[in-house]
Amino acid sequence: MTAISPTLRRRSEQAEALRGFALAAPAILLLALLVVAPLLVVFGLSFTDYSLGARHWAFTGLGNYARILGDPRALGAVGHTLVYVLVAVPLSVLLGLMLALLIQERVRLRRAYEVVFFLPATSTFIAMAIVWQFLLHGRIGPINAWLAWLGVGRIDFLTDPATALPTLAAIGAWQLVGQTTVLFLAGLAGVPADIHDAAALDGMGRGWDRFLRVTLPLLGPTVLFVVVTTTITAFQAFDSIAALTRGGPAGSTETLLYKIYLEAYQYTAMGYAAALSILFLAAIALFSLVQIVLADKRIHY
Amino acid sequence: MMAPANPLPRLTRSIGANAVLLGLAGLVLLPYAWMALTAMRAPSEIFSDPFGLPHDPGILVDNIRRAFAAVPMARFLLNGLVVTAGLLMLQLAVAVPCAYALAKLRFAGKSALFALIVAALCVPIQVPMLPIYIVLASLKALDSYFALIFPFVLSPFAIFLLRQQFRAFPDEIIQAARLDGFSEVEIMLRLVVPSARPAIAAFAVFSITAHWNDLYWPLIVVSSETMATPPLGLMFFRDGDLGTDYGPLMAGAILIVAPVMLVFLLAQRQFIRGLTMTGLR
Repeated sequence: MTAISPTLRRRSEQAEALRGFALAAPAILLLALLVVAPLLVVFGLSFTDYSLGARHWAFTGLGNYARILGDPRALGAVGHTLVYVLVAVPLSVLLGLMLALLIQERVRLRRAYEVVFFLPATSTFIAMAIVWQFLLHGRIGPINAWLAWLGVGRIDFLTDPATALPTLAAIGAWQLVGQTTVLFLAGLAGVPADIHDAAALDGMGRGWDRFLRVTLPLLGPTVLFVVVTTTITAFQAFDSIAALTRGGPAGSTETLLYKIYLEAYQYTAMGYAAALSILFLAAIALFSLVQIVLADKRIHY
Repeated sequence: MMAPANPLPRLTRSIGANAVLLGLAGLVLLPYAWMALTAMRAPSEIFSDPFGLPHDPGILVDNIRRAFAAVPMARFLLNGLVVTAGLLMLQLAVAVPCAYALAKLRFAGKSALFALIVAALCVPIQVPMLPIYIVLASLKALDSYFALIFPFVLSPFAIFLLRQQFRAFPDEIIQAARLDGFSEVEIMLRLVVPSARPAIAAFAVFSITAHWNDLYWPLIVVSSETMATPPLGLMFFRDGDLGTDYGPLMAGAILIVAPVMLVFLLAQRQFIRGLTMTGLR
């Protein structure tokens, strides 16, 4: 290539920088307006007693955070969120892994199975909630009719405080299982077939032995990745609670996000809701960071 | 050479796997079956035999008509269309140039911007929504298309996804196009964007599904029935007078579930590609 004079090169670099900046400008502006500034405001609000529409408000330091520690319903909401995650995540991950292993060997029906198991993730939840409400109804629900036919007692799935939260989490798993299945199928596609052949030549039988000693260790990073992704989604469960229980019965399904919704938009306690939001943000951001590190590894292996 | 595997166990295994898969598929499809069957039946039959087959197709038409009469169903669907289509176009209009600049141009603060985009991916939308709601409320801008659309115009996910795609586009072609006198915008729109069509399709399905189905934000900012998005409208319907009349309610539910389901079925390859490409939702 012919030599370009330094001034000309500098000028073209400047032009490129200007163009780059101009193209990114709308995104930069919106990033400042919709993410950075709001986050700073939430953080600031969390140290105040600001209430929507109130003329006077004051800095209360760590008051809101202290209030969380003394609020049984806030602590309950944290506990309920953890229970929800601890039921929905293992259920959807184990089912997804099983489905992926079964689907992987299917040739003709593979696409059809993928679509069927993914359907719940794409369906408007409130529509499906009305269906679940009926199916799980204590008196008229067909599921209870079947339970009675099997000789098992009637269960008030959504109206008994003992069963409402696990029921919501199980419905959450129903929604999440398509996501975990598809991610596991992608992970399994990355496990080289010749490793299986080698294992077979080494006399390792089919089934559990080979699964536990060959497939699962190779799938390790995928498992971790799926668990983290699913946990983030489960933490943000809201529609099922808003549509099916509204936090009840007796507050037994109030999760952290639902509590934030109530405090901010029903009781207009913005300061307190902001402190709860910071807690929520910290939990999700932590999992997201782990996810990004893992995703990076998955892309580059 | 390995001896061919005994066909018998293989066949039994295949039958067994398909039996398990079909059983679980049935479980997943159970709510859909009830939804469809209920919309096709008269009220008296719904409770006596929940999974009995319908015998009068006219009832479905009647239920759909009653759903449209009970609530402004057409308006809900129109709102859903305006919000999802408007958002998708605006999201791409913001994300495409930014992703192109991040992938192919050198400018000051580029790595800081990318770091911010990645950080923004970790922020659950419900957190910045709090001050955005306060501002919208003080501007008296709630209960409008603006309130429904504006907070989501920036999609860090779209920028991240498109940047990864655009990076794969060969630099030599861009250099050659520049020498041929193409402007940067022309290069972006006529060369780079078409090459990333599958990724854009994947994002489109994500965005449409997410915003058509979103309940959280509409529940907060929308108060009138005329501004309700499909899920919120259905919630109004259920909580209203006809809420225990399952026939029309399920007909309405089907109308609201169907459009996204159709989009997903048409573009499921892209959707699944998008999901596995980053795993970020």
